[in-house]
Amino acid sequence: MSMRTVKHYIKSFLFLELIQGMMVTGKYLFKRKITLQYPEQKTPISPRFRGLHAQRRYANGEERCIACKLCEAVCPALAITIDVEERDDGTRRTSKYDIDLFKCIYCGFCEEACPVDAIVETDVFEYHFENRGENIMTKDKLLAVGDKYEDSIAANRAADAPYR
Amino acid sequence: MPEIRNYTLNFGPQHPAAHGVLRLILEMDGEVIQRADPHIGLLHRATEKLAESKPYNQSIGYMDRLDYVSMMSNEHGYILALEKLLGVEVPERAQYIRVMFDEITRLLNHLLWIGAHGLDVGAMTMFLYAFREREDLMDVYEAVSGARLHATYYRPGGVARDLPDSMPQYKASKWHSQKEVSRLNDTRSGSLLDFIEDFTTRFPGYVDEYETLLTDNRIWKQRLVDIAIVSPERAMQLGFTGPMLRGSGIEWDLRRKQPYAVYDKLDFDIPVGTNGDSYDRYLVRMEEMRQSNHIIKQCVDWLRANPGIVMAADHKVTPPRREEMKGDMESLIHHFKLFTEGYCLPEGEAYGAVEHPKGEFGVYLVSDGANKPYRMKIRAPGFAHLSALDEMTRGHMLSDVVAVIGTQDIVFGEIDR
Repeated sequence: MSMRTVKHYIKSFLFLELIQGMMVTGKYLFKRKITLQYPEQKTPISPRFRGLHAQRRYANGEERCIACKLCEAVCPALAITIDVEERDDGTRRTSKYDIDLFKCIYCGFCEEACPVDAIVETDVFEYHFENRGENIMTKDKLLAVGDKYEDSIAANRAADAPYR
Repeated sequence: MPEIRNYTLNFGPQHPAAHGVLRLILEMDGEVIQRADPHIGLLHRATEKLAESKPYNQSIGYMDRLDYVSMMSNEHGYILALEKLLGVEVPERAQYIRVMFDEITRLLNHLLWIGAHGLDVGAMTMFLYAFREREDLMDVYEAVSGARLHATYYRPGGVARDLPDSMPQYKASKWHSQKEVSRLNDTRSGSLLDFIEDFTTRFPGYVDEYETLLTDNRIWKQRLVDIAIVSPERAMQLGFTGPMLRGSGIEWDLRRKQPYAVYDKLDFDIPVGTNGDSYDRYLVRMEEMRQSNHIIKQCVDWLRANPGIVMAADHKVTPPRREEMKGDMESLIHHFKLFTEGYCLPEGEAYGAVEHPKGEFGVYLVSDGANKPYRMKIRAPGFAHLSALDEMTRGHMLSDVVAVIGTQDIVFGEIDR
């Protein structure tokens, strides 16, 4: 019997490789846990995160969107539908701005395309629908999301401005 | 004498070990496979046809969704084909970023593969450890592109945005005091490059752990050694690429044989197997992880020393910066033109291929001079590998089928397209 065979027999009878493996897992038994308590604690989110959509307003409360339809044109999934109307004060505005969240692939092109920073993707990723049709984000819903998260939206845009 | 008929077993598409939506018709003699017939198409989304109806840039996001565990590598294949036809000059920094993310993607893919393969064979621990490392890499993805999986980060002419100078931080909560949070944020205090570098210093240790758990483990070896042997000749005839081909002992790697981006300036080795069995393919992929880690390290050093632009300044193809767009009429026109019509490619054909974590991923574009492709063909490595499943499993046991699917690293997004 060669030396190699002897070594092989000793190793396999002593379960050496299994014990070494168990030592790795055993070591982790006493290490600090890496898991997080999710709803209470969250992982950090990048300012570039692309989550739920929102429409923003200017500081004076006027909506930013000018209905240029760039986002509608650039949307790969055809998730955005826009109707345009002239408002009483003569400005060009959307009379309908729908985003179908089931169609949306969250690529962020709408935000990239928007010349007035009106449509943005916020870092909100926890949302759900309870009824049929709630997946359509209408203009009102989008503006409401924008109003609610304006602080974080503005902070994230500011943090990422040098790179865009 | 009673007539003996083989038993036909339907495996999948809802079987947890079928890696997605693989449906196999297995003809069994007892527990031995006589014939394995993969039925595909359950995840068909017509990506190729879809691309024909939209401007070139809008298909980038759909490339992510082909092989959905190696997103940016898919994008790279598509972008390479585009750039070949466009003839646009890509800044060197963008090329280094692409290479770095290609390798990060390779790690992501191989980590998922080792986890799933381990799970198939019965090693639960691997999955948990592999996903711990994947978490860090997904944070890198998110920091740079804004999405943890479907990045849409590469663009013809460069990459969408430069690497950020800071990482998002953990916040204190009732579960973690300020002291604990600062420990969690330790690796996140610097730039993205610091974060990646920290990862590359830790990662070889993790691979050592995986190897301690698996490489010599007798159960692992019993399930992998001499299973699904593919000879080098046969591997070439079957159209294998990537680790499947290298596991059979053929040193073929597009990063070396047809260098794209900046791979010719980087130092790395190509691991090859000797027997062409599942165990060799496992060893090849483990070594590839170490080599990828080495490449990432080189890219980090280069990127740190060489700041610069990451997008070509040719605004017929790449959008102008937002500041310029808002202040300058010509830029605004470019912006509108790009995001509505896109750009037209000259008439012609181009094939862009990258060494994807699974093998050669190629995109063949035919352009008739319009702003959308006349035809696009995707060459997915997994398709050739799955085609060989019958040959690889014949004569093996039922439980080996699962191990072979694991060793082939099958992902249905790219096979069904």
